[in-house]
Amino acid sequence: MFVTQAYAQDGETAVHQPVTAEGAAEPLHEGTTSTAEHGGGFPPFNPEYFPSQLLWLAITFGIFYWLLKTVIMPRIGGILENRRDRIALDLEAAERMRSDADEAQAAYQQELTEARNRAHSIGHEARESAKADAEKERKRLDAELDEKLEAAQARIGEVKRSALGEVDGIARDVTDTILREVANIEASQDEIAGAVQAAGR
Amino acid sequence: MEHDPTDPIHQFQINRIVPIKIGDWDFSFTNSALFMVLTVAVTAAFLYYTTRGRGLVPSRGQSITELTYEFTANMLRDAAGTAGMRFFPFVFSIFTFVLVANLFGMVPYFFTVTSHLIVTFALAMLVMAVVVGYGLMKHGLHFFKLFVPEGVPGVLLPLVVLIEVVSFLSRPVSLSVRLFANMLAGHITLKVFAGFIVSLSAFGALGILGSILPLLMVVALTALEFLVAALQAYVFAVLTCMYLNDAIHPGH
Repeated sequence: MFVTQAYAQDGETAVHQPVTAEGAAEPLHEGTTSTAEHGGGFPPFNPEYFPSQLLWLAITFGIFYWLLKTVIMPRIGGILENRRDRIALDLEAAERMRSDADEAQAAYQQELTEARNRAHSIGHEARESAKADAEKERKRLDAELDEKLEAAQARIGEVKRSALGEVDGIARDVTDTILREVANIEASQDEIAGAVQAAGR
Repeated sequence: MEHDPTDPIHQFQINRIVPIKIGDWDFSFTNSALFMVLTVAVTAAFLYYTTRGRGLVPSRGQSITELTYEFTANMLRDAAGTAGMRFFPFVFSIFTFVLVANLFGMVPYFFTVTSHLIVTFALAMLVMAVVVGYGLMKHGLHFFKLFVPEGVPGVLLPLVVLIEVVSFLSRPVSLSVRLFANMLAGHITLKVFAGFIVSLSAFGALGILGSILPLLMVVALTALEFLVAALQAYVFAVLTCMYLNDAIHPGH
């Protein structure tokens, strides 16, 4: 740093020259101000510009603060707020849509179940009615067959009875013929009938 | 003005651009003032311009603005709670101002506003004024509970209170000196190593070869200084938030 210090002193003396020349009336006073002006060569500690720096800092920072507070920050805040709202709204809409979809699915599921149940019951009913029909048909047929059987039985009985009746006549005829042809006995019809009946028992 | 190009102090020199004198006070518009104006104008313009679209899906610039905004908001909320959000514009202004002023200092030939102690001290005093002002306004004399921690045995209390008061009074000093010293030292170091390159190059071929070392150093330091610029702005803002927390909840 030796070199730079030397240079700095050089620069200072170079500046001093015109200043002292100008203020020749008060050389001592001018000399002190000029050293103050350069603050021993270190500008940040030079109080000469303190008022100027403070004033301009106050002005610029004041304006900056005012601008930010009244114009810029409400704007940024508004943008962020807007975005938050928008996102919240969109999320809400998405949520609503999802619940709608869920509802639709539930409705669909329910309808499906209902339809299935209905199909079930229809099938059941059809089966039941078919079963009932078949039963009825079977009963009708049964009854018909029973009727026919009874009629046939009745006819058989009748035929049997008539046949049995005819057996009596045949027996009487046979008896009559035997009595007449073999024993040459003339018997009356009543006697023969009585005899046949007695024999039949 | 003639000066040595490798003089590391010259970059902190203040020059009058528009001399203004009111009474005995010198309120000249200087290069420092110019860069304050630039800092404010560029920051405000950037924040305003990037949010012009009010995009639901942010553009790249709008993202930067929004990230900075939310970053600062989280920083303040973490340190001072929801009650601290009333100071959000203040903290955001301080953070962006210091950050942009620091980063501006990294541009060659630009003046670093925050490399002057008076500027950082003024900002620190502003923070302290807000802390004390709000603390007294909100809590009255209860604000001074800040210096009386609970659960300290009576014998030790005077000592603890003394320590607390001293630490409180040293806050503006540490806050301002930290930022100022970091900026100043960083820029001086950069300039010194850059000066080595120039000085070494004067010694012919060997010197030019040797100047590669400080060149690499300058490259590395430049990256470090960008980090420091952002970090110091962050530190300044975080400490501001913590001090504000003291004003909001002094009894903690």
